[in-house]
Amino acid sequence: MTNKLLKISDLDIALPEGSERNLAVEKLNIDLSPGETLCIVGESGSGKSLTARALMGLLPAPHVRVSQGKIEFCGEDLTKATEPRMRQIRGSEISMIFQEPMTALNPVMTIGVQIDEIFRFHAAMPQRARRLRAIELLEDVQLPDPKQIVAAYPHELSGGQRQRAMIAMALALEPKILIADEPTTALDVTTQAQILKLISDMQAVHKSGVLFITHDFGVVADIADRVAVMQYGRVVETGSVDKVLNKPEHPYTQALIASVPSLVPRTPRTRADQIVLSAKNVQKSFGGGKSFFGLGKPNRFVHAVKDVTLDLRHGETLGVVGESGSGKSTLARCIIRLLDTDSGKIMLDGVNICDLNRAEMRPWRAKIQMVFQDPFASLNPRIKVGQIISQGPMIQGADRKTAEARARELLEIVGLDVRAFNRYPHEFSGGQRQRIGIARALALNPEILVADEPVSALDVSIQAQILKLLDEIRERMNLSMVFITHDLRVAAQVCDRLAVMRYGEIVETGATREIFEAPQHSYTRDLLAAVPGQNWDRQATSY
Amino acid sequence: MREFWSRFSRNRQAVLGLVILGLVVFVASIANLIYPNDPFLYSRFPLSGPGENGFLLGSDSIGRDVAAGIAHGAKTSLLIGLIATLAAVFIGLVFGAFAGYYGGLVDDILMRVTEVFQTIPSFIFAILLVAIMKPSIESVVIAITVVSWPAVARLVRGEFLSLKNREFVQACHTLGMGDFRIMLAEILPNCLSPIIVIGSLMVATAILVESGLAFLGLGDPNVMSWGFIISDGRSMLRVAWWICTFPGIAILITVLAINLVGEGLNDALNPRLRERS
Repeated sequence: MTNKLLKISDLDIALPEGSERNLAVEKLNIDLSPGETLCIVGESGSGKSLTARALMGLLPAPHVRVSQGKIEFCGEDLTKATEPRMRQIRGSEISMIFQEPMTALNPVMTIGVQIDEIFRFHAAMPQRARRLRAIELLEDVQLPDPKQIVAAYPHELSGGQRQRAMIAMALALEPKILIADEPTTALDVTTQAQILKLISDMQAVHKSGVLFITHDFGVVADIADRVAVMQYGRVVETGSVDKVLNKPEHPYTQALIASVPSLVPRTPRTRADQIVLSAKNVQKSFGGGKSFFGLGKPNRFVHAVKDVTLDLRHGETLGVVGESGSGKSTLARCIIRLLDTDSGKIMLDGVNICDLNRAEMRPWRAKIQMVFQDPFASLNPRIKVGQIISQGPMIQGADRKTAEARARELLEIVGLDVRAFNRYPHEFSGGQRQRIGIARALALNPEILVADEPVSALDVSIQAQILKLLDEIRERMNLSMVFITHDLRVAAQVCDRLAVMRYGEIVETGATREIFEAPQHSYTRDLLAAVPGQNWDRQATSY
Repeated sequence: MREFWSRFSRNRQAVLGLVILGLVVFVASIANLIYPNDPFLYSRFPLSGPGENGFLLGSDSIGRDVAAGIAHGAKTSLLIGLIATLAAVFIGLVFGAFAGYYGGLVDDILMRVTEVFQTIPSFIFAILLVAIMKPSIESVVIAITVVSWPAVARLVRGEFLSLKNREFVQACHTLGMGDFRIMLAEILPNCLSPIIVIGSLMVATAILVESGLAFLGLGDPNVMSWGFIISDGRSMLRVAWWICTFPGIAILITVLAINLVGEGLNDALNPRLRERS
C-alpha cells in the first residue's frame, strides 16, 4: 500500500429490483492521494453521487447497497466497517459538502450550534474553546463578521455564505478526504468562482484529498488534478486533467467535451434593422400590498425590474444574462404578459400590449410564445402530448383536425416520434419534454419566442441538442428570440446581442462579440472573469 | 389504471376494507329481496334473542326484525354518506378553487366565510341545523354537507394555490386560455387524488354523524337507519343487548372499511408517500 488515501476497487452498487438498470455503479476503480483533487464528471444518472454516498456509508439502504468490491481508506475497508466506526470516520476523517446548502443545514439551528455539534461528537473540548474554534473556522472560510454569523440561522445567510459555512463545518476536524457533491451548482457564477477558490485554498492548507463531483467541464478545468468520466455507472476514462480535457480518448468523453459550449461568441448573423418588439421603461415590483383589512405585516417590497428598455430586431436572438435575482425571468414574464407591468410600454407591431385586457390580448398571444425552464413542471402531467401541443391553435380558433395535424407535424420538426402524440409527458426524458415544450410554443406560429433558461435543467449533451434545435427552428420559421440565461457559455453560442442585468437594471447592452471582447461595465467584467474553465477554452481554441 | 390497482392491492388492509365495503353495499342492494317486508313492520314476538322465533339477529321491543333493520339501514347510511359527501366536495371545490386561483380579495372573503363554518363544533352545528329544519333525510344530508365542506375548501385552495404558479399553467396563459378552462381542464385533474382521498374518508364521517343524529332522535322517523335502531334499543341495553350491538357493529365495520380504503387510496394516489413502506 502506497500513500494513497483512498482506493476503491471493483465497486458495484446494486439498485433495487425493477430499476432501470441492475447496478448504479459497476466495477468502479478510482484512487485518491493526499493533496490531490479528483473530479468525477458525468451526466445525471451516471452514478457519481451514489459513489460519494457509498464512501460516506450513506447509501439509502436497504434498497441501494454495495454489492461487491472494496473501498479502502488508509488501508481500512469501509464496506466492512461497523456503524460506530463509520460515525467516527464521518466528519472527522472524511467529510462532505452537499449541493444545496439550504437543505443541508438545519434551518432551526444557528450556524454556531451546528459547527459546535461536530466538536461535541468528535473531540473532547471545553465549550469556550469550541466556540473560539468555530469563529476561527468561519474566519478561515472568509465569512465577514464571524461573530455574528455564529449566531445566525441559515436563512439569514446568502447561498454563497451558507456554502462557506458548510465548508467550514466540513473542514472543522481537518478531514483527510473532502467530498464535494456539486457544491457550486446551485450558486451564481461569481459566487461559484469564489467557492472554488476557497476549496482549493483550503486544500492547500490542510493537504486533504478532494473528491469533487460535478457535471460542469469548466469547473473541472479549473480545479481538477485528475478526472474520472462516468457514464451509466462505469468509469469510461480516467487520467490527468490535461489529458482528458484536451486529448480525450473515449468517444463518450469526446462527445461530452464537444457539447460544452465554447466561450468564443458565434459569428453574428446578418440581420434586418426592423424592430419587432420593444420594451420602454418597464417597471415591475412585487409585494408592498396590504393584507386583509390592513392588518398584519405588509409584504416585503421588491423592485424586480427597474426602468428596462430594450429592442428586439427581426431575426435576431437577444440574450438577457444575469445572476439569480437579477430580474431577468420577471422581465421575460412581463414581455409575454404573464405579469402585468407597473409602468412602461411593451410595443408589439405598433401596439402597446400592456394596455390590452385579457380578451384583447388573446389574438396577440399567438405572436409571442414562451419556452419554459423546467421541462418537468411545464407540461401538464394529466394531458396527452398531442393535446398539449394542439390546444393552443384550438384556443385561437383552429378546428381539431387542423390543430392535430399541425401537432403531428411539429413533433417531427422537434425531432420526436409521431407516436409521442398519444402518450403522457411522464413517459419522456427531460430533453424530450423540452422538445415538447418547444413544439407547444411553435404551434401558434409565433413571430417571437421568449425562452426562459430553456437548457439550464438539462445535461450538457442534451443541452447541445436543444440549442441546435432552437437554432434550426429559428432559421426555419424566421423567428426572433429573447433568450434568458445565466450561463455565459450558452449565451455566447446562441445570442447575437446581449443585455446584462443586475438588480433589475440593464447595465450593459451590445453585440455579443463586443461584450465578450471588451466589456464596458465592471459587473460584466466580473461575470466574464468568473466563468469557469477559461484557460482551457483559450488552449482549446489555440489548437 | 392497472398501475394504480397494483399499488392499491399491495396494501392488504385496503383490499380487506374494499371487500368489507363491497359486502355492505351488496347487503344494502339486496335488502328488498331478503327482507321484502317493511322493516318497521312489527311482529308478535318482541324482544326475541338472536336466532329465536326466526329472527337472525333478534327483534326489538315491539317485535321489529333487527336484521331487516340493519339491511335496510345500510341503504340509508351509505346513501346519506355518499350524497352528503358529493355535495360537500362540490361546494368545497367551488370555494377552494376560486379562493386559491384568484387569491387576493376573493380568497380573503371566501376563506373568512369558510372559517365561520369551521369555528362551530361540527356535530353540534349539525344537531342545530336538523333541529331547525325538522328531522328528515333531506335535512340530515344538508346538515352533514354544511358541516363538512370547509375541510374540502381548505384542501382544494391549497392545491390550487401551489398549482396555479406551475409553469404548465403559465404556459396555458400564454396560449390565451380562459380562466375557467384552466381551472377545470388543467388544474383540477392534478388535484383529484387528494380530493378522492378526503372524500372517501368523509363518507365514513358522514355515516357516523348520521347515526349520531338518529341516535339523538334527529333522524328521519320514517326511514330505517342504524342510528335509529340503536336509539330505540338504548333503554333496553341490559335486557336485550342485541338491539344496540348489531347495528353498532355494522357502523363500526363500515366506517373502518371506508377508512381502510381511504388510507389505501392515499398510499396509491400519493406518490410521495409511496416510498414509505
